[in-house]
Amino acid sequence: MAELRALVAVKRVIDYAVKIRVKPDKTGVVTDGVKHSMNPFCEIAVEEAVRLKEKKLVKEVIAVSCGPAQCQETIRTALAMGADRGIHVEVPPAEAERLGPLQVAQVLAKLAEKEKVDLVLLGKQAIDDDCNQTGQMTAGFLDWPQGTFASQVTLEGDKLKVEREIDGGLETLRLKLPAVVTTDLRLNEPRYATLPNIMKAKKKKIEVIKPGDLGVDLTSKLSVISVEDPPQRTAGVKVETTEDLVAKLKEIGRI
Amino acid sequence: MQAARIAPSLGRQLLRLGGGSSRPTALLGQPRPGPARRPYAGGAAQESKSFAVAMFKGQLTTDQVFPYPSVLNQEQTEFLKELVEPVSRFFEEVNDPAKNDTLEMVEETTLQGLKELGAFGLQVPSELGGVGLCNTQYARLVEIVGMHDLAVGITLGAHQSIGFKGILLFGTKAQKEKYLPKLASGETLAAFCLTEPSSGSDAASIRTSAVPSPCGKYYTLNGSKLWISNGGLADIFTVFAKTPVTDPATGAVKEKITAFVVERGFGGVTHGPPEKKMGIKASNTAEVFFDGVRVPSENVLGEVGSGFKVAMHILNNGRFGMAAALAGTMRGIITKAVDYATNRIQFGEKIHNFGLIQEKLARMVMLQYVTESMAYMVSANMDQGSTDFQIEAAISKIFGSEAAWKVTDECIQIMGGMGFMKEPGVERVLRDLRIFRIFEGTNDILRLFVALQGCMDKGKELSGLGSALKNPFGNAGLLLGEAGKQLRRRAGLGSGLSLSGIVHPELSRSGELAVQALEQFATVVEAKLIKHKKGIVNEQFLLQRLADGAIDLYAMVVVLSRASRSLSEGHHTAQHEKMLCDTWCIEAAARIREGMAALQSDPRQHELYRNFKSISKALVERGGVVTSNPLGF
Repeated sequence: MAELRALVAVKRVIDYAVKIRVKPDKTGVVTDGVKHSMNPFCEIAVEEAVRLKEKKLVKEVIAVSCGPAQCQETIRTALAMGADRGIHVEVPPAEAERLGPLQVAQVLAKLAEKEKVDLVLLGKQAIDDDCNQTGQMTAGFLDWPQGTFASQVTLEGDKLKVEREIDGGLETLRLKLPAVVTTDLRLNEPRYATLPNIMKAKKKKIEVIKPGDLGVDLTSKLSVISVEDPPQRTAGVKVETTEDLVAKLKEIGRI
Repeated sequence: MQAARIAPSLGRQLLRLGGGSSRPTALLGQPRPGPARRPYAGGAAQESKSFAVAMFKGQLTTDQVFPYPSVLNQEQTEFLKELVEPVSRFFEEVNDPAKNDTLEMVEETTLQGLKELGAFGLQVPSELGGVGLCNTQYARLVEIVGMHDLAVGITLGAHQSIGFKGILLFGTKAQKEKYLPKLASGETLAAFCLTEPSSGSDAASIRTSAVPSPCGKYYTLNGSKLWISNGGLADIFTVFAKTPVTDPATGAVKEKITAFVVERGFGGVTHGPPEKKMGIKASNTAEVFFDGVRVPSENVLGEVGSGFKVAMHILNNGRFGMAAALAGTMRGIITKAVDYATNRIQFGEKIHNFGLIQEKLARMVMLQYVTESMAYMVSANMDQGSTDFQIEAAISKIFGSEAAWKVTDECIQIMGGMGFMKEPGVERVLRDLRIFRIFEGTNDILRLFVALQGCMDKGKELSGLGSALKNPFGNAGLLLGEAGKQLRRRAGLGSGLSLSGIVHPELSRSGELAVQALEQFATVVEAKLIKHKKGIVNEQFLLQRLADGAIDLYAMVVVLSRASRSLSEGHHTAQHEKMLCDTWCIEAAARIREGMAALQSDPRQHELYRNFKSISKALVERGGVVTSNPLGF
């Protein structure tokens, strides 16, 4: 039916179940030997793309990830879920730590144009930095419409109807393709990669390119000063009456 | 002579267990051995590389045990890592073991999910629709299943580890292409049908019969099988039945066992209701009846008359999987025990600070470490192409099943009353574990097998020596070598064996303990064989104790190997593993020393055996406990 092509961006993050520990030098968190997996919202994005492909609305799904060599594991997971091929934008480990939404968005924008895709899908945010910026910036660079926090996506000809979860409730937008969509929790439940699909994914191609090949400069204007644990929760204080409560709150300067 | 008058067929059968699988046969596509093996006559005979076989002879054959084998190449390792995640997630998020246990069946959605996951054809080649895993990769995945749900583990294992393993090992190309694809996808399930109401451990006594038709095109199968896992679900059955076999030389007709691939669709195959069990309730166990079933001759598996060998090969081939699964079970249970001990406060302290709890936890993890080390060593040896691993596989099954029971039982003890309650799920695991000491070869039978099979080579060596003594001039070298060794060992001077240079220097003390234990063990083996000769087959009290020594010895070597590798490779857990290894070796060496000393020189051993026998006889005559209680009524 449609000849649409989709680009799905996936990020390799520390697994959600892992207990995060801050490095003693406070430059970041411990990542060595720690379990990593695909960002849960990215999984939802891949799932949505694959479902569109199964409904024959999308012809090809390309999975892309920016970062060091291990990103290929994450791309493989996307391939095992049903993506057709992968692109690994290789960034050496030291530089990868300084990759932020601005840099990734530039890469995605360039790739979207190069691969001539009609739809760019991403998770709404990554569970490590919680930035919630990459999708929006990508749309900005491409000058494409965006539907963020999508909880439902429906293709209508050359338009995309996106239902968004916002603070006040649900908002429905109609976007002209090409467009950028970021996925929210309730959009779908991602499938489990099956062992036969993992085997088939071994045969799918992952192209490795450098950011320079896309003409993207990764220098960041941000630098991390320190990373620290949140302060330990101190015990609360019990009070007897409302008057006591007000007095206490005044005492500690809260009101 | 205290030989119990047990059917000599038991001993013979146990020796046949070995005779069948230790020699590579044409059935497995392996070259036949060279000229007839005469012990040490010319030295052209194929020497076994098995550590266990050698230890019975007082030799250190380290090929299969040092260094700890690493058989996966990079591609296999990366592929395996990709598989671990989805399988773990499935068992954490989709499978509900408590629900399965209550329903007494695996939930339909879970079963379907497992099929889609590809879990039903893990070792089927990918060309035929499976995942094509080698044994080591299979062990890793089975570890995950064992950690979460043993009943599902049995459903999967009864299907692929034994149910259709015969087709993988012995099937013709046509049989493989016909049956494996649907078995791999889980569209059809398989079951292994050996046990009958009157034939459990005595597998050779089965009565199910397969009579060849006059035209030779089919067999007619009649009989009933008992306690068949997946019996009510399977469409493909590996069935063992007695068939008449004519000896080409003498023309005599004997009833020998043949293995068949039987389809439910052949007609005449029915099954009974699911059995109510103590554990693995979600696994379907049922009687299967064969009533005039016509089985095409093309469905003979392996050769006519070689069914017993086929059965033993299949069971032998799948044993490492059990040890791997149980290592996973123990890992999960230990996590629960530690979690409880680190949170429970009594007498003003977390209970993990108390010595009694500390010892329990330490013992639990040693048992887990040994089991896991055995499982992955056996699977690696199999992947390396070794064909002589049957004693080690049997040891790993015995050890793993008993270790898992002790670990889970102790976890309940640590948890106190909480452990006894349904909700934490530990009691379910204990109930699930009980069968592991019974099926796939009871631990008692396997102990006899370990001892007898181990003694067999040694026995041949001794009889070789015996005949050499008759012709001393022709066999001087043989005598000098053997006599020297035996003399030194009997004088307690050690046989010059050493593990130095093989184990890591930090483990040298434990290595010495292992070598001493091996010498003590071999000395007793030799002495008992000289004393009893072939009659040793009936000395079950002795054989059990020899087997226990063998198990402890193999366990020592396995952990020495694994800990050595960790130290050499600088793993961050290496020092902890050194502690596990040293602790295990101290106690195992002591058990072997005391056990062998008792067997060798304790005059009261015979009194013990006589008493066991008499007490048992009295109970049998009385039909129960002989004494009434102290009150007299």
